[in-house]
Amino acid sequence: MSLNDLLVNLNLIMPITILTAWACVLLLVDLFIPKERKGITALLAALGLLVALALVISRAGVATSAFNGMIMIDGFATFMSVIFLFSGLAGIAVAYDYLIRSGIERGEYYVLLLFSIVGMMLMAAAADLIMVFLALELLSIPLYVLAGIAVPRPDSEEAALKYFLLGAFASGFFLYGTALVYGATGSTALTEIVSATTSGGVNLSFLVIGAGLILVGLGFKVAVVPFHMWTPDVYQGAPSSVTAFMAVGAKAAGFAALLRIFVLAFPPLAMDLTPVLWALAAFTMIIGNVIAIAQRNIKRMLAYSSIAHAGYIMMALVPYGQGNVAADTVASALFYLLAYMLTSFAAWAVVIALEHNMGEGRDTDGLSLEDYSGLGQKQPALAAAMTVAMLSFIGIPPTLGFVGKFYLLRTVIEGGFPGLALIGLLTSLVSAYYYLRVVVYMYMRDGEPVVRREPWLYFTALATAVGVVVLSIFSEPLFNWASQAVLKLI
Amino acid sequence: MLLEYLPIAVLLILALLLAGIVIALGHMFGPRHPTERKSMPYESGMRPIGPGTRRMPVHFYLVAVLFILFDIEVMFFLPWAVIYKKLGVFGLVEMLIFIAILGVGYVYVWKMGALEWE
Amino acid sequence: MWLSEAVSSGPQFFYLVPLVVLFPVIGLLVNTAFGGRMSEKAIGWLASAAAGLSFVVAVLLGISLLSYPEGAVVPIVDWITIGELNINWGFQVDTLSVTMMLVVAGVGTLIHIYSIGYMHDDVRFQGDPGRYQRFFVFMNLFIAMMMILVSADNYLMLFVGWEGVGLCSYLLIGFWYDKGENGIGNAVAGKKAFIANRIGDFGFILAAFIMFWVFGTFEFNAVFELAPEVASLFPAAIVAITLLMLVGVTGKSAQIPLFVWLPDAMAGPTPVSALIHAATMVTAGVYLITRSAALYNLVPQVQNIVALVGAATALFAATIAVGQFDIKKVLAYSTISQLGFMVAAVGMGAYVAGMFHLVTHAFFKALLFLSAGSVILGLEHAHHHMEHNSQLKLPMDENDLHFDPQDMRNMGGLRNRMKISFWVYLIGAIALTGIPPLAGFWSKDEILTDAANFNPLAYWMMLAAAFLTAFYMGRQILMVWFGKPRSLPAEHANESPPIITVPLIILAALAATGGALNLPMWHTFTHWLEDSLGHLHAAEFSLQIAGLSSFLVLAAIFLAWLLYGRKYQAMQELPPDKRPDDPLRPILGPVFNALNHKWWVDELYWTIIINPYVSLAHFLADVVDWRFWHDWFHDTVIVGGYNKLTQVLSIQIDLGVIDAVANKLGDSVKRAAAKWRVIETGYVRNYALSFFIGVVLILGYLILR
Repeated sequence: MSLNDLLVNLNLIMPITILTAWACVLLLVDLFIPKERKGITALLAALGLLVALALVISRAGVATSAFNGMIMIDGFATFMSVIFLFSGLAGIAVAYDYLIRSGIERGEYYVLLLFSIVGMMLMAAAADLIMVFLALELLSIPLYVLAGIAVPRPDSEEAALKYFLLGAFASGFFLYGTALVYGATGSTALTEIVSATTSGGVNLSFLVIGAGLILVGLGFKVAVVPFHMWTPDVYQGAPSSVTAFMAVGAKAAGFAALLRIFVLAFPPLAMDLTPVLWALAAFTMIIGNVIAIAQRNIKRMLAYSSIAHAGYIMMALVPYGQGNVAADTVASALFYLLAYMLTSFAAWAVVIALEHNMGEGRDTDGLSLEDYSGLGQKQPALAAAMTVAMLSFIGIPPTLGFVGKFYLLRTVIEGGFPGLALIGLLTSLVSAYYYLRVVVYMYMRDGEPVVRREPWLYFTALATAVGVVVLSIFSEPLFNWASQAVLKLI
Repeated sequence: MLLEYLPIAVLLILALLLAGIVIALGHMFGPRHPTERKSMPYESGMRPIGPGTRRMPVHFYLVAVLFILFDIEVMFFLPWAVIYKKLGVFGLVEMLIFIAILGVGYVYVWKMGALEWE
Repeated sequence: MWLSEAVSSGPQFFYLVPLVVLFPVIGLLVNTAFGGRMSEKAIGWLASAAAGLSFVVAVLLGISLLSYPEGAVVPIVDWITIGELNINWGFQVDTLSVTMMLVVAGVGTLIHIYSIGYMHDDVRFQGDPGRYQRFFVFMNLFIAMMMILVSADNYLMLFVGWEGVGLCSYLLIGFWYDKGENGIGNAVAGKKAFIANRIGDFGFILAAFIMFWVFGTFEFNAVFELAPEVASLFPAAIVAITLLMLVGVTGKSAQIPLFVWLPDAMAGPTPVSALIHAATMVTAGVYLITRSAALYNLVPQVQNIVALVGAATALFAATIAVGQFDIKKVLAYSTISQLGFMVAAVGMGAYVAGMFHLVTHAFFKALLFLSAGSVILGLEHAHHHMEHNSQLKLPMDENDLHFDPQDMRNMGGLRNRMKISFWVYLIGAIALTGIPPLAGFWSKDEILTDAANFNPLAYWMMLAAAFLTAFYMGRQILMVWFGKPRSLPAEHANESPPIITVPLIILAALAATGGALNLPMWHTFTHWLEDSLGHLHAAEFSLQIAGLSSFLVLAAIFLAWLLYGRKYQAMQELPPDKRPDDPLRPILGPVFNALNHKWWVDELYWTIIINPYVSLAHFLADVVDWRFWHDWFHDTVIVGGYNKLTQVLSIQIDLGVIDAVANKLGDSVKRAAAKWRVIETGYVRNYALSFFIGVVLILGYLILR
């Protein structure tokens, strides 16, 4: 490695390089921005994200590897990066006014957001288990901090600590799995793992257990049952804007790593891992959806909803080892992540708009179902956005959620798992109960909801809701784009 | 492969059994005459004063964490210095980047007032 | 001068061939659109001109064929293209089709002209002059359809014409649909013709299906080219096609067993009987077999069947003709009989003889029908005149009030009142009976000669039929024209106007000289058709057969004269109640009754087919459909069952099971949710435990699997 190589490689991952440098600079710049004008930091952070987004899009179609095969820049990484960068932008948009009114406006918020996004983008591009781990930590640690950024609010601190402890626990499993895989194959590079496996002479038991542990570690990040327990507490306790970003970004990053590792490195282990994935997906869908019914707090409800959706996306991973379906696995999972991102932000933006009165110690105000009574009359636009989000979560046309679920189920059925598809379908029906309950409250109960009129929040809620509907009508090119993001060994 | 671990398993079970048996025997045959003194936490024979865990000013932790952070990062200099000549200009630039990132953290910490006592 | 140029002009007249269809179509369109504002004469002449122009085109085609005898196929448009089925509407111009065109257009034109006069009177007798226009529209439509039939270059297009002429036949038989027995007799006759033809058409369609299945095409030339190959590979297909075509022929050409519709078809106006039901349409079957000669030649056993069907029909119909009193019915059965001759001829492979007889028969049978029409018109005129004339009305008896102008028993002695009609009728009758040198002799003789050579059984049957033909024609001539008038209208009948008699005279001339087409010495017609049908054997004139048939004919006429010339006249002196209506009745007794009742064929069909069919239909309609399906099944099972089912569904199932299950399920899910919710204790240690249990389960599975 020479200096020249370094520059070439840094250039290859230019969006990440720029974002990293920008985050470092912003950290220092923020120190000199007065406390009441943190909007500048938000603006600068968004600017950095936009530059990175432009770079990513301008480089779409490039497929290469960097840093001695540690990083793969390909269609998959591009697609995921777009999702992450959009999540970052939306995360900033929903956070700005919310942070001011909650009295927790801090420049670090945006800087940590940028670091976390760098971690996510690295995660999607990582082609080496060590790199994956590095990215995992890089995205997680800022999130731990962000979850507790509302300090000294006790629930925020509690959320941060729980997230950190369990996240460290999970990281340990991931690292142990990596070690076992390395022990079995002699490498942590995905390409070499698969070539070592197929050429034989590998201790398959170690390899399988290593793969299982990696699955556990990443399963924690995406919150699949039984590694989901932290989710409701953290989602509820963390500031809502952090939760919104975390629910989308962390989950998408976790799935990016799962997809890349499993589809690239572990197809030979499909026989062993498929039943595990099957069970994880099934339990996640069932438990996530069933417990969500009992929730009266909207943030907890959405937390369980996000668990359930992790189960749906997990479904796509189940047939990952079948060569003819693998491409669909990736494409339908990516497409669903996109749908999930837009839908989630629509829902969370409405939730944030209704949340209020943070100063009195308790944070439940504006977060129970009853607080949504009458929203249909008072704020038809927000209610409509929320309705669209709920319908999309259920999977009712014309929403992206429907199209995404359709592709997911198609993949699962093509892969030969009709039973799992049936579970997915039935749990979707169950989920209609608690999603539609929100709609019922909004339109059929009278009430005086307290709503903040904040332009960026409104913009996010409406833009994503419109996107959910409009893109569902033009979903074909979107899906084609996702289909091009196939994972290949370079 | 499980077979290879059989001795360990046997050892584990034997140890657990032995410990359990010894405790059970003591429990069964040992005389028990509990008094207030005996029920107290054992503190080297002294009567315990105050709660078992004592509060410390959080600044101690903060300084300790910052110390460990920078300490460990500075430790990277050592192997780098050993093969510095081999790495050449590339190594120098790498280390400069590393130091720059450290510097950012240092400036941030300083500016945030983490290093000020009170 | 120009004729010689035209003769040498080669094939370019062939491209005029669409006009043979186009002219009648124009005629009918103009008459349909503007006929209401045109005079009767204009309508009639326009229609006649349309037919006449067709004839001119046909003549031009014939002239072209003289110098270019192999003919041509003139495609017009792609008609149907479905998959590999590709059907052109094309015109086959060869000697065979042009022969048919000439006959159809030539005889047709004469009949159109005749109709101008005839229908003028007929619509007035029937009391609805408005239908004059409609008549000529139908007639032109018929000419157009017949032209499509004979000019088609494929079986499907031929079938279009085949169905089209059937439609025209139906329309024209029922032309006076509100007249006849009980006011619906004519309509019933039309229906009968249509249904009998449908049965035949069904056979034709099946033949076409099989043809497409094995040949993949409907084109004449392609089919005939492939036929020998197919016959060697798959002989059953050819047998099936030809037999099913024969079914079609028995319908259209009134052969056993589907001939029953033709006598009833006489309900149509007389020109219709002449044109459609004697000269042209009914010969379509003969044309079809001749056209398909290449197929029939491959299956001698089917040819044999065709010949026997034809010969049997010839004999059977001739016997019935003996016992009829209706002047047109006699001619109708005669037509069936003569069609039998033609079918027998083409069945024996004597295509030239069959076609020859077809042409001559078109002449003399059209002539006979039209003359008969003239007679009927004369009697109607006289009767009508008397009804409105109190002086003449008085002597009319009961019989005269219900006067039937077609009953030969009401005629007699007409030769003095209607001289021209008498002479042309006589010529037609002589031509039909086959007395040399008139047309019928030559054509019939050729058929008999061929039969004697190839099929003795058919030969004897046809010889007997020829004898009977002479007998019933003698009987008719004597009953109609000779003796004394047997009714008042017969006494006062007058000759028809020239518009009627001129076509008769032309047809009489053709009937007298038509035999010259194919005199045994020259075989002109044989060589003409050879260009279409390949090499044909020409039956050599046999003096023995000609002599035998001529002797039989003369003997039959003599016999007829004995019975109807002498005995019948003598019987007229007897008082009406002791007088038999026919001198044959005392001689033949019940046999004559059978003849008079057409061997009860209609009654037989009623008994064995139609009555059971109607009973079955009644059973299906009243018992099965109405009482079973409607009353019982629909009301009881469906409606009642549905009511019960919905009650069960709504009360027991929906409320009892589904609602209960749904409620229970909802409750239990909620309870489960509430219970599982407790797992969320909020303690990190419990979360880690759950995490750990998950890890243990997964690893346990992966290790122990």
